[in-house]
Amino acid sequence: MPNVVALVFAPAGQLPASAFELLGAGSRIAAAENVPLVAALVGSSLNDLPKQLLAHGAVEVYTVEDGLLETFQPDLYLLAAEQAVQAAQPQTVLLLHDGVGAELGPRLGARLKGGVVTDVIEIVTEGGVRYRRPVYGGKAMATYAVRRSPAVVTIRVRSQEPAPEQGNAEGPIHPVAVTLDPQAAKVKVVERIEEEEQEGVKLEDARVIVSGGRGLGKAENFQALKELADVLGAGMAASRAAVDAGWVPYAMQVGQTGKMVAPDLYIAVGISGASQHLAGITGSKHVVAINKDSEAPIFKRAELGVVDDYSKVLPVLTQKLKELLGK
Amino acid sequence: MRIVVCIKQVIDPEVPPSEFRIDPQKKEAVQGRANLVISTFDECALEVALQVKDKVPETTVTALTFGPKSAEEALRKALAMRADEAVRVDTDRTGRMDPAGVAQVLASTIQKIGGADVVLFGREGADFDSAQVGQMTAEALEMPLITLATEMEAVDKGIRARRHGDDGWSVVEAPTPVALTITNAPVNVPRIPKVKDVMQAHRKPITTMTLDELGIDPAILSEAAPVEMEELFIPEVNNQVTIIEGETPEEKAEKLAQAILALKVL
Ligand SMILES: Cc1cc2nc3c(=O)[nH]c(=O)nc-3n(C[C@H](O)[C@H](O)[C@H](O)COP(=O)(O)OP(=O)(O)OC[C@H]3O[C@@H](n4cnc5c(N)ncnc54)[C@H](O)[C@@H]3O)c2cc1C
Repeated sequence: MPNVVALVFAPAGQLPASAFELLGAGSRIAAAENVPLVAALVGSSLNDLPKQLLAHGAVEVYTVEDGLLETFQPDLYLLAAEQAVQAAQPQTVLLLHDGVGAELGPRLGARLKGGVVTDVIEIVTEGGVRYRRPVYGGKAMATYAVRRSPAVVTIRVRSQEPAPEQGNAEGPIHPVAVTLDPQAAKVKVVERIEEEEQEGVKLEDARVIVSGGRGLGKAENFQALKELADVLGAGMAASRAAVDAGWVPYAMQVGQTGKMVAPDLYIAVGISGASQHLAGITGSKHVVAINKDSEAPIFKRAELGVVDDYSKVLPVLTQKLKELLGK
Repeated sequence: MRIVVCIKQVIDPEVPPSEFRIDPQKKEAVQGRANLVISTFDECALEVALQVKDKVPETTVTALTFGPKSAEEALRKALAMRADEAVRVDTDRTGRMDPAGVAQVLASTIQKIGGADVVLFGREGADFDSAQVGQMTAEALEMPLITLATEMEAVDKGIRARRHGDDGWSVVEAPTPVALTITNAPVNVPRIPKVKDVMQAHRKPITTMTLDELGIDPAILSEAAPVEMEELFIPEVNNQVTIIEGETPEEKAEKLAQAILALKVL
């Protein structure tokens, strides 16, 4: 019997934060195609994780658990995932489009000789399941149909309603026997580099973000942005242009190829608002833009805007907000 | 060491939304006044390869593209950046080509030209942003893969690379042959070719191959592909921006502070 298989990776016994979003997406596809939703779980120290997946809508869980999967290693994870998914008899395989899923999804799809769609943000279910995703850096949307089973689909993080907890965590758990050979691990981590992350607020969780672009002109000018961030207790972000210029670390890049953020307030300073940048802030509630060019595309996304030289606006804005907030 | 860099020619992805048009029937973007360029991250990948060659001059850098005649311009640019060789697999197709099919074409070509120690890709194409071809080509060539790398160097029997994963930065090593996908960083901002090299690039040969020579049925790129793009559209945006007016920047800033406070999220 073919299944919709939610493939979840859990190195060191940790489910990714968006695991239940994957089950949410899976349950909608399973309902539309009238097939069961099962989970394939690959990792180490799994303990009660299979039960958590059962409690969120999977009717069965196939597990591959191995000490060699304690940290993510692509060659071994791919081997284990292939086995787990095969055992689960996939008609559709879903993975998160995080670093790991984006790396392994297309390889798995090639191995299973299926059809791959990546970075999906919407599942269309009328008249057969279709997958919708942004293309051309978010300037257009495309809808894809998969003609060859299994469909292997990676789902953008935070694009889907998570599956609710259903209380009932009963269901079969099938350990899949896989013999992993440590020799198969070709890619080896030789050093971990501590993230040059800004101290304080984590961007993905920040309620307020101030973000700077090429318009800031040089690295030192991010100091003025930091002063505003300090007043607001905000996270600091940047455009790709500011990262490529070497002004700020890549960890601060927001956008299609950087972080996806969803704050209540996003203040963009000296950022033109390229579609690839805006792709990272679609979940933001209020967007404020300071840009000297009234034609900048950022004003097509912003709710509030100031058209002027940021270097004259920012210090006064910071000072005034400080007063108003009583800091 | 031979490094093959797979590059694609695309319509300039920096075209602002106001000038961006599509042909919904052909399901592709319309070039309009935009330039054709090397896909953003593919150009970063070229830079990564050329930096290996800067350190180890015996390195051979081959730029490989699968695309129409116009894509020779992308190869000329690569040669002007001082890639050693250029190969184009010809197609008259434009628009979306299925990534699984493209991967087969690239893998077959790489085998045909004698293989590679390292194959580089951009992290994703700057048109469809699919991020599949690198992964699938690695699979077809049975090579280990490192994704989201920013730089690499040759080490004994392999390579060392810096990459960005879900858990941050790390340094990884892998034996050759190996494939990498490249993401942007200050270290791999593409070099600007010298005028002299641009001129010389025009005199360098470009090897051209056909799908026929590779024994590949073009149907795998669309009609017989596992995935079909059924629809392409530009979503409507309805956004009303309030521009804060004022005599001086300071006045605007003060009013902006008030307006931000009125959003009631602070
Ligand atoms: C496949 C792909 C993926 C990409 N991914 C990302 C991504 O993840 N994130 C990202 O950010 N970009 C991404 N990009 C790049 C993106 O297309 C833009 O190039 C980039 O976002 C531009 O950054 P910017 O707005 O800082 O610079 P610019 O576009 O150069 O804009 C600078 C702005 O500053 C304004 N300005 C200048 N001086 C001042 C001043 N004194 N006061 C006020 N305003 C001023 C200018 O009017 C201008 O609007 C991607 C591109 C591609 C092709």
